[in-house]
Amino acid sequence: MDNIFLYSALYLAFLMILSLVRAVLGPTVLDRMIGVNAIGSKTVVLLILIGFLYHRVDMFVDIALAYAMLNFIAVLAASRYFQKRKGLYDEAPYL
Amino acid sequence: MDIMDIIVLVLLFSGLFFLTGGAIGILRFPDFYSRLHPAGKLDTLGSFLAMTAFALFNLHHFSLGALLTSLKILLIIVFVFLASPTATHGIVDAGVRAGLAPWTKGEKRR
Repeated sequence: MDNIFLYSALYLAFLMILSLVRAVLGPTVLDRMIGVNAIGSKTVVLLILIGFLYHRVDMFVDIALAYAMLNFIAVLAASRYFQKRKGLYDEAPYL
Repeated sequence: MDIMDIIVLVLLFSGLFFLTGGAIGILRFPDFYSRLHPAGKLDTLGSFLAMTAFALFNLHHFSLGALLTSLKILLIIVFVFLASPTATHGIVDAGVRAGLAPWTKGEKRR
């Protein structure tokens, strides 16, 4: 079971690299925020997997919960910040 | 390999399957609004399935501490179900207010 968890964690890290590609390439700032948010939600799963690998789930669960809250607050604050920045994008506003 | 391990493995692999769909969708959809569709839904469902697998696997050697840890994992599930759609809505709202035009058929992918 430990080996299966180890390879699941490696695969999850590979998926995070795929999301990181979107965060690097994304044409607008909001695309980068989608990539960062996806990486954060995968990190919560990865933290509990690391807890199972080290046989210390009781400690890593708290870290995962705190990380989930931190990711949520960061994304909300960044989206509130960037919605005021008109002219940040190359397209004309359509509203 | 008893029946509990098989349930845990099925839940874990289906969760990884949905997370894979989310990552590919974020890479391949043509514009910002359609990219939020896999990012908002598939990540939530994938986290839910994988976390349920972990909570079940943690109860393998039953004790009061293990039960408490499983309840904390369930708390993370509830929080992700509340927070992830809210964050997605916040990003969409930022895009609409900044005046980002949606992609229509025939345009260049961006």
